[in-house]
Amino acid sequence: MKKLLLSVVVGTCLPAFVLAADFKPAIVYDLGTKFDKSFNEGVSNGAKRFTEETKVEVQEFEPANDSQIEQAIRRMAQRGSNPIISVGFSQSKALETVSKEFPDTHFTIIDSVVDQPNVQSVTFREEQGSFLVGALAAMASKTGKVGFVGGQDIALIRKFACGYEQGAKYVNKDVKVFQNMTGSTGAAWNNPSKGGELAKSQFDQGADVVFAAAGGTGIGVYQAAKDNGKLAIGVDSNQNHLQPGTMLTSMVKRVDNAAYDTFKAQQEGSWKAGKVTLGLAEKGVGWAVDEHNEKMVEPYKAKMAEIEKAIIDGTIKVHDYMTDNTCKM
Amino acid sequence: MKPATAQRWANLLILPTLNILTAFVVTTLVFLAIGVNPIDAAKLLVKGAFGYQNGIGYTLYYTTNFIFTGLAVAIAFHAGLFNIGGEGQAYIGGLGVGLVVLAFDGWLPAIILIPLAILAAALMGAAWAAIPAYLQAYRGSHIVITTIMFNFLASSLMVYLLVNVLGEKGQMSPETRSFAESSFLPTWSEMLGWFGIPFASSPLNISFLFALFCCFAVWVFLWKTRWGYELRTVGANPDAAIYAGINPKHIVMMAMLISGGLAGLVAVNELLGVQHRLLLGFNAGYGFGGIAVALMGRNHPVGIVLAALLFGALYQGGAELSFDMPNVTRDLVVVIQGLIILFSGALESMYRPQIQRFLSRFVKDEVSA
Repeated sequence: MKKLLLSVVVGTCLPAFVLAADFKPAIVYDLGTKFDKSFNEGVSNGAKRFTEETKVEVQEFEPANDSQIEQAIRRMAQRGSNPIISVGFSQSKALETVSKEFPDTHFTIIDSVVDQPNVQSVTFREEQGSFLVGALAAMASKTGKVGFVGGQDIALIRKFACGYEQGAKYVNKDVKVFQNMTGSTGAAWNNPSKGGELAKSQFDQGADVVFAAAGGTGIGVYQAAKDNGKLAIGVDSNQNHLQPGTMLTSMVKRVDNAAYDTFKAQQEGSWKAGKVTLGLAEKGVGWAVDEHNEKMVEPYKAKMAEIEKAIIDGTIKVHDYMTDNTCKM
Repeated sequence: MKPATAQRWANLLILPTLNILTAFVVTTLVFLAIGVNPIDAAKLLVKGAFGYQNGIGYTLYYTTNFIFTGLAVAIAFHAGLFNIGGEGQAYIGGLGVGLVVLAFDGWLPAIILIPLAILAAALMGAAWAAIPAYLQAYRGSHIVITTIMFNFLASSLMVYLLVNVLGEKGQMSPETRSFAESSFLPTWSEMLGWFGIPFASSPLNISFLFALFCCFAVWVFLWKTRWGYELRTVGANPDAAIYAGINPKHIVMMAMLISGGLAGLVAVNELLGVQHRLLLGFNAGYGFGGIAVALMGRNHPVGIVLAALLFGALYQGGAELSFDMPNVTRDLVVVIQGLIILFSGALESMYRPQIQRFLSRFVKDEVSA
């Protein structure tokens, strides 16, 4: 009996031990920098949380150009890193190539879909989160005019804008939504002064709540809102603490959870390839309530919960810009 | 040795070498300051850039881009023009490649499609340079200002086209569909494979040879043709050129068109050779890197090849470095590049007085003898 017990113990421990020994998780970040207070940093936070809990070091690489992405993923795979998280839609082509060369390595790509037997594709339903904050913006607005400041003018940001507009119009169908994009180069993600100017011009036209989906540019938008006594909505991470008092809420996208869950699942042996879509129901997106905005949003909480429920059970259908590249209301 | 020859060699060889060495010394200090062993770092960098086939492939692939943009800057420089628009010209060159390939890759064979795409890259790059060139030649708008502004116009235009017109629908990333295989340039590993020589797969493709050919062509053009002579004359002294019967306006146009065309060829290496689709930001700073390459290479094709090789090695070796040493972020690689540009570009004449004193001591005697 003792022997049997021992062999069972050894039998169950051994694979776990072996797994832990060659468990080498890795991340290849999106172009841009790791500490962007938003997208990349979210992934990095998830990895940090994982390292703190499990003491497993995570290999990281920040590519400087498109060719380095493929090179980095391949090098990670050659060194036996597993799983490898590929951050951002710009890595999909590179990952498609490399994932075929390393069929035994597990890859997770965030924000894009790569259809391979060893790739997990995690995408977020940004339109649902944006719908929620759009509804909140319209409720909080006294002028019936709300604003949106995007980063680079690409489909992903139009998806945010489209969801936001739908949400605002759901609450108040006469609401006026102003939309501005910051620019056409990658620099649009990190141009706070231009963000501030755009927000100000929207305030001048009568908007009193503005949503920024623009990475580092958002900082300028929140500052402008504070200076003008208007409200702002943050994006990706919970940014409520940046300008307490004038931050109405933040539309959060839990990329940190996506990273953490990937590593955790791999460690536990439950990692699965395929498509994962994280929406409201999966708590992949949402709106942030914390000590900084609790009082401000108190009157709208009930209505918000109602909308949230309606989206989850499908009573409200939020149109996704990406499906047909138009924003139908 | 005559003093003039000695002086020439000092300019071509001794000064650049000293400048680069100084940059490396300062880099060593930076490494020491952040607690990285500089010898280990140097080993990793060299090994990453030249130590194995895949690394060499990446190094030469980056080199190819820098040769094109370096030549572009150099040829404008010989005409006294400072073309900072290589970035935008390369970008629009990519538009040319993209339009041709997307339109014809279904039915044209590679042998016609590829030359057509290369031609389109050069023509579109030249066209993008033509407007600043016209404004400089006939309206007196300063070429530095206009070419910089045209970089921004190029990126705005490309975002608009890729997001609204050319981009694949329902796709997150602003990029076109993949090109058909008939447009793919043969890679180095395929080409050597034809002769039975194994070479690791890497982005290095036939455009590297094309870039070397362009170096030769630029050399012939600048120093062996009448046009090249006229171009250099305008660069040296526009007033004297007029007196000699050369029209500087025509030369400005010609120099900028060739310059833009060469910059546009970056797209051949990037799009036909590697990415096989038109995507946002593939020009990734090669246009600006070309300015440093041309400065370091003394605007001579041979110097440009060497400087481009150095930059290619830094790009590739630097990536390996930040891969292996978590302390070395990619920003530090930019610092190394910056130091090299600082010492060989901005401070290029720092050692000139000392060198001249040194030369005058040893070379003069021979002449007087």
